[in-house]
Formats: sequence, C-alpha cells, structure tokens
Amino acid sequence: MNLEAVKLAAANNSWGALFPELMLACIALALLVFEVVLPRKQHRYIPDLAIIGVAFTLLGLFLNFDSASLDSETFNGLLHHDHAGQVMRVFFLLSALLVCVLARVSLAKRAVPRVEFSHLVLVITAAMMLLAQSSHFVMLFVTLETVTIGFYILVSYFRTSAASLEAGLKYLVMGALSSGLLLFGIVLLYGAAGNPALPMHSANAMHYRDLAAFLAANPHNFVASVGIVLVLAGVAFKIGAFPFQIWIPDVYQGAPTPVTAFLAVASKAAGFAVLLVLARDVFASYAWLVIPVLTLMAGATILFGNIAALTQHNVKRLIGLSGVSHAGFLLLGVVAAASGAAMATGAVYFYLFAYLIASFAVFGVMTHLAGADDSDQELEHYAGLAKDNPFLAAVLAVGLGSLAGIPPLAGFMGKLFVFIAAFQAGARWLLALAAAGVAISIYYYFGWLKAAFFESLAPSPDGPARPERTPVGFAAGLALSVLALGSILLGFYQGPLGQWLTLK
Amino acid sequence: MSLIFDNYLLLAIAAPLALALAIALGLPKRWSVRLSYIAFAIPLLIALHCWWRFADAGQRDGYAFLATYHTGLGGLGIGLKLGLNGISLPLFVLAGVVGFAAGLYAIQSQAERLKIYLMLLLIMQGGLMGVFASVDIFFFYFFHELALIPTFIMVGVWGGRDRNYAAMKLTIYLTAGAMISLLGLIALYVKSGAHTFDFVALRAYLAAHPLAETVQGNIAGLLLLGLGILVSLWPMHTWAPLGYGAAPSSAAMLHAGVLKKFGLYGLVQIALPLLPAGLVHWSHPLAWFAVIGNVLIVGLITMAQRDLKQMIGYSSVMHMGYAFLGIAAGGIIGPGGVVLLMVAHGLSVALLFLLATAVHHRTHTFAMDEMGGLAQKAPVLAAFFVAATFASIGLPGFANFWGELAIFVALWKFSPVITALAVAGVVISAIYGLRAAARVFFGPSTAHFDGVAARHPPVDLRWSEKIPALVLLAVLFFIGFWPKSVTVPLDAALAPVPLVAAK
Repeated sequence: MNLEAVKLAAANNSWGALFPELMLACIALALLVFEVVLPRKQHRYIPDLAIIGVAFTLLGLFLNFDSASLDSETFNGLLHHDHAGQVMRVFFLLSALLVCVLARVSLAKRAVPRVEFSHLVLVITAAMMLLAQSSHFVMLFVTLETVTIGFYILVSYFRTSAASLEAGLKYLVMGALSSGLLLFGIVLLYGAAGNPALPMHSANAMHYRDLAAFLAANPHNFVASVGIVLVLAGVAFKIGAFPFQIWIPDVYQGAPTPVTAFLAVASKAAGFAVLLVLARDVFASYAWLVIPVLTLMAGATILFGNIAALTQHNVKRLIGLSGVSHAGFLLLGVVAAASGAAMATGAVYFYLFAYLIASFAVFGVMTHLAGADDSDQELEHYAGLAKDNPFLAAVLAVGLGSLAGIPPLAGFMGKLFVFIAAFQAGARWLLALAAAGVAISIYYYFGWLKAAFFESLAPSPDGPARPERTPVGFAAGLALSVLALGSILLGFYQGPLGQWLTLK
Repeated sequence: MSLIFDNYLLLAIAAPLALALAIALGLPKRWSVRLSYIAFAIPLLIALHCWWRFADAGQRDGYAFLATYHTGLGGLGIGLKLGLNGISLPLFVLAGVVGFAAGLYAIQSQAERLKIYLMLLLIMQGGLMGVFASVDIFFFYFFHELALIPTFIMVGVWGGRDRNYAAMKLTIYLTAGAMISLLGLIALYVKSGAHTFDFVALRAYLAAHPLAETVQGNIAGLLLLGLGILVSLWPMHTWAPLGYGAAPSSAAMLHAGVLKKFGLYGLVQIALPLLPAGLVHWSHPLAWFAVIGNVLIVGLITMAQRDLKQMIGYSSVMHMGYAFLGIAAGGIIGPGGVVLLMVAHGLSVALLFLLATAVHHRTHTFAMDEMGGLAQKAPVLAAFFVAATFASIGLPGFANFWGELAIFVALWKFSPVITALAVAGVVISAIYGLRAAARVFFGPSTAHFDGVAARHPPVDLRWSEKIPALVLLAVLFFIGFWPKSVTVPLDAALAPVPLVAAK
C-alpha cells in the first residue's frame, strides 16, 4: 500500500465497527495490568475476569447484531462487514469463552502462568474475528500471522513437558512453511494482477474485489493459477486438509488440552471462513481449477482422517484425526459452495457450530480425565467412566454422538445439510466417499464410548496407574451441561439458529 | 380436550420421550417405574383409538389426524408433519402394541440398572411412534435413527453372549444401511426439484413432473440397497441373527418386531408411489435375491440352528424375504400383503422373543438340545409358544396367513417359478417351527434340564409374562379373524399407486 492508500484508510477508519475486537484487545491488556497492580493473592481471579469480559463482549455483539456497518467496507477496503462475519464473530467469542473455562480446569494441574494464557487466547480470538472479515490479502496475512504466532506460544505452553515442546516446534516449522506458501501465492497473484499488459490489471490487486475482477477477465492466466493453488495450500495447512495434515496428531497430542480444543475448533473454523470467501467469491472464475483441487483434497482428507483414526489409542490423537475427517466433510461443503449450491454456505456454518458444541463437550470431558502428563490420555483411562462419573460419561456420549453424526444430535443436521448441498452441486462420488467415511467413523467413536460405558476393567497392578480424575467444578459443569443439551436441542429444533444460518 | 385431540400423534411420540428425559435428569427409580406404565400405555391407547376412529376421522391429502409443527427449517422444506394413512395406521398400531408389551415385560424384568434400561426403551418407543406417524420424509428417517441408537446401547450393555462383537457389528451394518438410505432420500429431494421433504407435496409434485426412468432406477437402487441392509436382505443379513441372539428380550422384541419394518415401510409408503418405474426396474433381481437368499438359503440355515434365540432371529430374516417378494410383485395386492405381513410378523416375532426368554428363565439355556419336556411343567407357556409358532408359519386364523396369501396371489402374476420356490419356503418354516416347539416342550427331558429343574423348580408363565403375551396374541387373532379392519383403509391408501405409475 502506498502512502496515499494509507491516508485514505486513515480517513475511512470507523473504529466503531470493530468494537468487539477492540474490547477483546482492551480486556487482554487489562489482564496484564491487573497482574502487575493486584496483590499476588488475588491473581487467581484474573482468568475469571477474562471469562466475564468475553461474555460481556458476546452480549454486546448480540445486542448490536444487525449493526449499521453491515454490508459495508471499512479501513479503505481492508475489512468487509457482513452477516457471515457477524456469525463468525459469535463463533470465535464462544470458542474463546469455552477455552477459558477449560483452561481453568486444565492449567490448575500444573505450575504455569495463567494470566498470560487468557491474554493470548483473547488476542488470538480478536485476530481470528478480523481474519474472518478481511477483504484484503494484507489484512488476511497479518491477522493469520497474529493467530499463528499466538498459537506457537500456546501449543508449547507446558514448558516442562517434552511432548508440548516437541509439538510447539513441529507447529512452528509447519506453520512457517504454510505461511511461506501462502505469502508466495499472494505475491504471484499480486504480480499477475499488477501486470499492465493484461486487461483489468489493478494497482490495488491485494483487494479481493479488484483481484476477482482481474481473474474474471483473465480466466486462464498461468501465474495466477499457480498463485491460487499456493494460497489454497497455505489455507489447507490451517484446516489440516490432506496432504497438509501430517502435523495434526503430534501437535494435538502435545498441546495442552484447551489449546488442542482451540486449534481444533476455532483455528479450523477461521481457515474455513477464509476458504469459503476465497473459493466462492474471489476465485470464482477459476472454478475449473479450484473445484477439482478442493474435490481431491476433500476426498483424500475424509479417507485419511477416518482410516488413520481407526488405529489410535491416544484420545488426543484420535480426536485430532477425527478432526481431519471433519475438515474433509467441511471441504465437501466448500466444494458445493464453490459450485454454486444455494444452501452450501449456510450448511458449512451450521456444521461449524454443531462441531463447536460437540467438540468442546468432548474436550471438556478430556480435561477432567487428564492427569499431570497432559499428552498421556489413553482410551484405557476411560474404562468404567460411566460407573464412576455418569455426568461426564453422558456428556461424552452426546459429544461423540454428535461428532459421529447420529440423529437426533446437532452433528447429524450439519452433515445432512452439507450432504444435501453437495448433492445439489452434483458431487456424487465425493458424497459416496463421505457416506463411507461416516460408516467408518462409527467404529472409532463407538470404540471410545465402549471404553467409557461397556468396560468396567480393573486397572492392572503392573501397568501405569490411571491418572486421577478431576472432580467437576461448577463453571465447567454448567458449561458441559449447556453444551450437551445444546447438541440435543439443536438436533430437534433448529429454530432461529437454523433460519439465521441456513436461509441467509 | 381439543388441545389433546389436535396434537394426538405428537402426544404419542412425546409422552415416552418426555419420561425418558425426566429419567435422564434424575427422576427417582420408584417414580420412573410407575410412570413408565403410563408412558408405554399412552402410545398404545392413542394408536388403538386412531385405529377405532380412522374411518370417521376427516382426511386431508389422504391423511387423517394431520398436524404440522415448525422446527425452523421451513426454508429447506422440512417440517414436523404428522398424520396417518391406511399404510401407516397398521404399523402405528403395531408399534403401540409391541411397545406396550415390550415395556411391560421390561418393567417386570429384573434387569440391572433398570432405570437406564427403561429410559432407552422409552426413547426407542418414542422414535418408533414417530417413524410411522411422520408424513415428512426427513422426520421419518430422523425418528428411525432416534430409535436405532438405543438398540446399539442395549445390546452392548445388557446383551448376552458375544454382546461386544454383536453390538459393534450391528452398529456398523445398520449405520452403513442408514447412510445409504439417507443418500437415497437426499437424491429424491434434490432430483425431484420440489425442494421439500413433505411427502404430500412431493407426491403431488412428482405426479405432475415424473422423474426420468433412469433417475428413478438409480434412486430406487440406492434405497433398496440401504433399506435392504436395514431389513436384512440376503446377503446383508448377517447382523440380524447375531444381534437378536445377543439382544435383551425387550430390545429384540422392539427391533425385530417394529423397527426393522422401517425399511419395508419406506419402500411401500415412499418408493412405491414416487418411484414406480424405478422399483419395476429392480423387481426381478430383488425377487431372486429374496427367494433364493432370504427364503431358501436362510430357511435352510434356520433349520440347522441349535440355539432357540438364533433360530428365531434367522426365521425373522427368512420372513423378510416374503415381504420383499410382495414389493417386487407390485400392484395393490402385493404391497397390501406386505403391510399385513409386516404387522403380523411384528406381533408374532415379538411374542416368540418374549416366550424364548421365558423359556430361558426356566431352563437356563437357549440350546434346544438341552431342553425337553417343559410342557409338563409349564403348560400355559407351551400353549402360547405353539400358538406363536403356528402364527409364524402362517396358519389360517392368524394375521400372517392373510399376508402371505396376498403376497403369493400377487406373486403368481409376477412369476410362477418364484411363487413355487417361495411356497416351498413355507414347508421349511413349518419344519423348523414345529421341530423347535417339539424339542423345547415335548419329548423326554434332558439331564441338563432335570438338573436345572431340581435346583429351580420351573413355574408356569407368570402374570408379568402372561399379560404382554396375551396382548400380542389377541391382536394377532383379531387381525387374523377380521383382516378387513386393516385392509379397507390399506386398499384406499394403496389405490393411487397404479394411477401415478400409468403416467
């Protein structure tokens, strides 16, 4: 951006449109201030302040949901505010709220700083909210890097655990590589669109609208196609789609469980919000390239995720790989959206919400079952859970059932919408593959439930002892009940949320 | 009162589900058990009342007791629309009757963790009432799945021998079948272009804009495969005997008796009027699979069974063959016979599973080689068992007879060879049925049975077992002697089929 554009951007600033992000940033800074100001004894209340702050931000967003700045661009086209952006804001705020609740349980088991954790979660959330609303590649890259750098720290947050450090290193290397790919793709697109020899070339080619106009005028430009593939590859890293899913099991296993949840749900959703806009709108005239690439990716992701998850015994790896398969189902929705199926966009958003509710229920149960070594969460540890703690077992059953897509739970509705959209788009073979994937996935989800419900195995005296289960506290118990009931309710009655998500 | 009558069908679905929710939220055991009687009785009473009043009730779009509720997906053409026509009425009654019998039996049984067991049964019961009351195809599928999940859990937790393996196999087979059926239904939704899951609207739309024959054939193929797995069409039947062998008796009664009929019901109610050419396209392969696979091969396998419960499981797979034959034969008589047979088979197989468990309580085994002479100790049980066997074979006087007769009549026009083979199957079923009754109840008692009888002197059928059995047998007899009560509305509902097909 040249100086003129910066001036324009400054003139076009409407900070009011960013009030949720600004509020999060202020709360994040306030947390650090509190840590300095407050006496040491009061420090344990600071993470709770973060939870309250996020809740109030969410409330403010709801009150202001149909705000005046909808369907307008601010900051000289860096951001575009629309309905989908509002939906994703709600999504990320909900994720942040739940991550903070899980962190209360999980971080208490280790001597680690807790205020900074909340601080990072809030900063990342604000960045993700901006990411979902960006309409300019500079904004996209800056917010994406903010998210990624925040996650570098969070993934290796348990500094004394070798697994956590290893995960952090792997995420760093893979994240840097993916950022490189994305940046290279952006540069190629910028270069191609800036070429004065071509029709519709633009000096402001980083802006989505200008780029889309350029691509529409040059539907078979080689440099632009390479750029598109590289951008898709960069995003595919974030969502963990094949062939960029290799980092997932190790990083998910090593990261602290709340961070795993944050990665699995919010980071993935951010990737999909970006991918939807790119595949459906910006790269629309390159559908001949985007749709086959995404189709191949979706098919391979569904197969890989489900088959690789079959043999896992560590639940964090298992949920990571099942998350890969969910990325595949969501990609199916993106393919449908790129092919122009009317309800595909709403279907993807509904799926994401169902996935959020179900995943956090399962992660919530996992944090209560984890011992001092957070990466060591085996299926065997779940034996007899139904007898010892029926509440956690019931929440686990609802969460896993929803992830598996069993009616009447919300996950089923998500899958149904995506499938209908995919059928409308004519992606028959992909759909057959997805159906097979669902049938395979039943095996490992069922295996997990079997461990929790059907096996009342006595721990063997020679083997390592099962970690002590954490009793369920009030806040976590409330959150888990709401999540479980939410999964059930959303399956029976989609009501306003269904209209809100599927009809727009 | 009108509030109740306007939401009659919803009440039948909601009553069991509401109690299940209350139990999940921590209702004490004493109250759970007491209220269960009511929650199982409400669907039965509503079903019987609907049956009684069906002729007088006003009909709209061919459905009586129509009611619509919005769930927020109106934009996609999905809404909870409940109603009964002549096809769904008998099955709705079947669900009410078998559910009541299974529920009564479960309440009286000394199952471990009885509260959770009842909760799962109640969910299943609510789902079953919903399956047959739904006019919306989406909810038809939805309620089926709702009823299916408790089956897996009940087999896995309360099951007998091999329960882990059986639960896993059941889950994978039935999920695969359900997924394929779902794809078929989605295909119907998208390809029809009507953008609605509402069956009435879909039927009207497709009557005006029929689908091309190849499209019909493809969708019908998907549905036949998916629903075929769910109804244990040979060679995808292996989950059934294993699952029923392991399942606790009430779950087996409800699944084999009612839930399994979902697939056939879907074919008769949805595929037949909407995809007539598609079903005709597949009718010959389907008929051969059914007659060679289900009727003859599985029939012979049934003869070789030594385990009473497995034998009943296999025999139910075999009888599903006749139902598929009726669908392949088409017309009005064929599908009409299928509906009659579904009801009759549902009642008789539920009765057989109940009695098999009663036998097990007295002999402590399911192996038929180790039984014998039980009739002297328990004559009433023996009488019930023989009656149920007769019904299952299809003797006149029982509802099964009319179903099989109608199917054979329709099948003769379709293919005399297949009819001859199918009739041969009846002989097979007579052999294994009567031989089982003879082995268990008559002849000299074995050393094993003497040993058990010495330790636990067998008593005859208790009232807690007699009442559910009596309810089932009474309805079997009633339809057997007065089939008109079912067939009159049934014919009216099936009549439009050839009209649409002719277009």
